[in-house]
Amino acid sequence: MIEHYLNLFIQSVFIENLALAFFLGMCTFLAVSRTVGTAVGLGISVVTIQTITVPVNNLIYNNMLKEGALGWAGLPNVNLAFLGLITFIGVIAAMVQILEMALDRFVPALYTTLGIFLPLLTVNCAILGGSLFMVERNYTLTESVIYGFGSGTGWALAIIALAGIREKMKYSNVPAGLRGAGITFLTAGLMAIAFMLFSGIQL
Amino acid sequence: MGLRNFLDKYHKHFEEGGKLEKLFPLYEMIDTFLYTPGKVTQRASHVRDEMDLKRVMMWVVYSLIPAVFIALYNTGLQANLVLEQMTSPFDFPGGKLPIESWRLDMLSALGVGFSPNSIIACMLHGALYFFPVYIVTLVAGGIWELIFASVRKHEINEGFLVTSLLFPMIMPPDIPLWQVAIGISFGVVIGKEVFGGVGMNIFNPALMGRAFLFFAYPAQISGDKVWVAVDGVSRATPLAEVADPALSISVSWMDAFLGFIPGSMGETSTLAALFGAAVLIIGGIGSWRVMLSGVVGLVSLSALLNVIGSSTNPMFNLSPMWHLVLGSFSFGIVWMATDPVTSAQTEKGKYVYGFLIGILVALIRLVNPAYPEGVMLAILFCNMFAPVIDKIFIQANVKRRLARNAR
Repeated sequence: MIEHYLNLFIQSVFIENLALAFFLGMCTFLAVSRTVGTAVGLGISVVTIQTITVPVNNLIYNNMLKEGALGWAGLPNVNLAFLGLITFIGVIAAMVQILEMALDRFVPALYTTLGIFLPLLTVNCAILGGSLFMVERNYTLTESVIYGFGSGTGWALAIIALAGIREKMKYSNVPAGLRGAGITFLTAGLMAIAFMLFSGIQL
Repeated sequence: MGLRNFLDKYHKHFEEGGKLEKLFPLYEMIDTFLYTPGKVTQRASHVRDEMDLKRVMMWVVYSLIPAVFIALYNTGLQANLVLEQMTSPFDFPGGKLPIESWRLDMLSALGVGFSPNSIIACMLHGALYFFPVYIVTLVAGGIWELIFASVRKHEINEGFLVTSLLFPMIMPPDIPLWQVAIGISFGVVIGKEVFGGVGMNIFNPALMGRAFLFFAYPAQISGDKVWVAVDGVSRATPLAEVADPALSISVSWMDAFLGFIPGSMGETSTLAALFGAAVLIIGGIGSWRVMLSGVVGLVSLSALLNVIGSSTNPMFNLSPMWHLVLGSFSFGIVWMATDPVTSAQTEKGKYVYGFLIGILVALIRLVNPAYPEGVMLAILFCNMFAPVIDKIFIQANVKRRLARNAR
């Protein structure tokens, strides 16, 4: 059983990396990767939000939305699955709000650096993607905790690596037309080639 | 000194305002390749020996010479061994040897034949595969270098000399030449020049070019049909033989160590890699830290998994001694991983970087059925994390010094 969870973790961090295998959460990935410090902060935020929202969404989906899930309330024929998307977004938005308040209170420096991108995590496709993958793959509650933590960690790892590269690129003489977003896109593509290392591993 | 006078005589045309001003990088490249550059580092720089910065790359080329010779010999040897087995003329479609006619014409004009026992015959036959690839690499990559150098007004650096020699070494002998041109173009332009040229790239350009070909044209760069130069002949690399439960390894350890096994042209010989490692370490260019920790990483993880064992995966039964000599590990760890630009820069970071490469190579060989070999992608993956590894060690150093000076 432990082996199954370990495999799921490794799979979600490396093989199915949200940023570099699925290209989810690109806007934040490209925009908030200028310095390693900020990237680490954002990475930790994403890990936290993923680890909380995926299991919470799992509970809500399995106990209220799925077809026949409302049997405990005496409504066995009701299928609320169509409300999935809006519910997930609601949960994510609430979690981001709470995290924002917590950061503002305890780590104000990070709160200021992350700026607009922290509330924008609400609409970060990596985070919504995590919850949707959870539904698609029928994860149990424990699996969804592991998956949320793993996929968040994979995304954090990718953005920290990109930030490291971009800090090193300060000394590079990039052609004028490519500076900024252009070279970052190219770098992300090259990173995705390197991440192909793990594609094909069967766990 | 006729050549010096010749170069000096035409120098004025390439200066600013001269009629061939745009081609100055080309002139500069030829001049400094042949002679000491006009501007040399007079005082101590970050290279702590008598070498000028320009010459660093030449050392790498020297270290590659034995590997090139073994590449020529082995490519010819593998082809001739196959040809020898095709004894009856009915083996050949149309009664002809299954190699391209221009190679056949050239070899019969030289009159050396196809004997696998003759070193000359093998070398010449191998050269007919290696040099076309090398020349295409030089021309295609060189054109891009020249375009970028003249538009962006920087010099053509010896760095390309190294990239262009490393690139054919990691190509299978059967690769179509147009793919070579595409691969080196991707490596030079996207892998290096968009970052500002030599010394500023993040990923190793030669490996990036090969990785691009690997994913774009998998049929011509992996599988069983590409490792022997003769058309249509399939022979698996020893690593693929080990991975397949139906096959068993068909070469001896000594052959694998010397490099007489099917594989990419220049990467088979561990002996040549040891020589290259010695030259690079003596020249102070390659880092022994990366090489040592890479070997330690590969040996320790493969030994561990060898002890654990597996009934379903035959790769688990391969001993670490075999891991060191098979595939492209020795070539990759000596020439690709130690690239001073793309590897970790801090001394402690190099241990981590090399160790990570060794671990990843063992992991890919053992648990990833998609690729029989993972050296190329393992090194690219570690290139990606090298800046972060450096950052961690620099931060730790800063903290330690702050703590020490706080007293």
